Amino acid sequence: MEILYKFLDKNALIVAFVTVGGIMYLGELISTYVLRKKIPGSAVAIFLGLVFAYVAGNNSGGEKGLADIKGFSGMSLLGGSMFRDFAIVSTAMGASFLLIKRTGWVGVLSLFLGIFVSFIGGMALAWMFGYHDAKSLATIGAGACTFIVGPVTGAAVQASSDVIALSIAAGVVKSILVTIGTPWLAPFIGLNNPNTAMIYGGMLGTTSGVSAGLAATDPALVPYGALTATFYTGLGCLLCPSVLYLLLEKLL
Amino acid sequence: MVIYGVTFLGACYIIGQLIGDYLAKLLGVQANVGGVGFAMLLLIVFHDFLHKRHFFPAESEKGVLFWSQMYIPVIVAMSATQNAALAINSGVLALLAGIIPVLMCFACIPLISKLSNKNLSADGNSL
Repeated sequence: MEILYKFLDKNALIVAFVTVGGIMYLGELISTYVLRKKIPGSAVAIFLGLVFAYVAGNNSGGEKGLADIKGFSGMSLLGGSMFRDFAIVSTAMGASFLLIKRTGWVGVLSLFLGIFVSFIGGMALAWMFGYHDAKSLATIGAGACTFIVGPVTGAAVQASSDVIALSIAAGVVKSILVTIGTPWLAPFIGLNNPNTAMIYGGMLGTTSGVSAGLAATDPALVPYGALTATFYTGLGCLLCPSVLYLLLEKLL
Repeated sequence: MVIYGVTFLGACYIIGQLIGDYLAKLLGVQANVGGVGFAMLLLIVFHDFLHKRHFFPAESEKGVLFWSQMYIPVIVAMSATQNAALAINSGVLALLAGIIPVLMCFACIPLISKLSNKNLSADGNSL
């Protein structure tokens, strides 16, 4: 066993390639034989990934899902932000600059609106659950934006650590919900063209959720959604601890 | 050669991410601001520029296309390394704060989409 684990750790990235290939094949099988192609194999594989992450997280008590299981550490490299962002950038190859330029200002509008709506929604829920101080409200509101905006805001306004943990959890729930929910909700919101994909990216903003949600819906839309989503976390980290927090403090 | 395509992609990635980091520093933000977005714009613009001048042979394009086909596997690896246990075990407020604002945002999408369609010519919606 010792030799095996040592080998797997030493070749972590290759092990991850094989593991992901296995998950994708399993997803394809389930899609074909159980779901009769009603849900694409890639969507099933992404969902399977989340299930493995949940089971692994509960068993190991770690934060990185399957990557915390002995021998699978390479998953966090392959699924980390470096490979994710690199692969997202490569999808821009087929994107049309003309379409991007045309949706430009609406994309910007959707970014601001997306942060605003999420912040207010998260904040209102925190209020209902008994948090009435500006610091906690702002942190949980920011957590409803993304799991990065939450802790960054929490650290900036010096919120308590359990509130910060809560904001991270809310952000992770969001990213998972967007991943699973997008293919289901896509027909209802007209998410089938680059224009709407850019608005969607700006409104939801969680890079991991948006990139996975679009991959499961229509991979051709990935570059458009990712393009706006990539500005969301930065803008959220800019607005939440400053303008939105100060506004909240004034109001209370 | 394939490596030229990967190099091109990598160069766009590095320059774009650096722009995102420096822009964040300039704005005083503790996160990257649009790094991936700048990288994508660079890739689209430079690819177009080079392609028109026949400096981007199909062989080099393979280096970029390989990674765009690796996109979904990378996303599967990402979802397998999410902190899903934390999300599900953190209690009702975390769940609701992650769910309700998302539904509110989804509801806004058709509205903005309508707003933008008024300002676009009909073919903006066709691809």
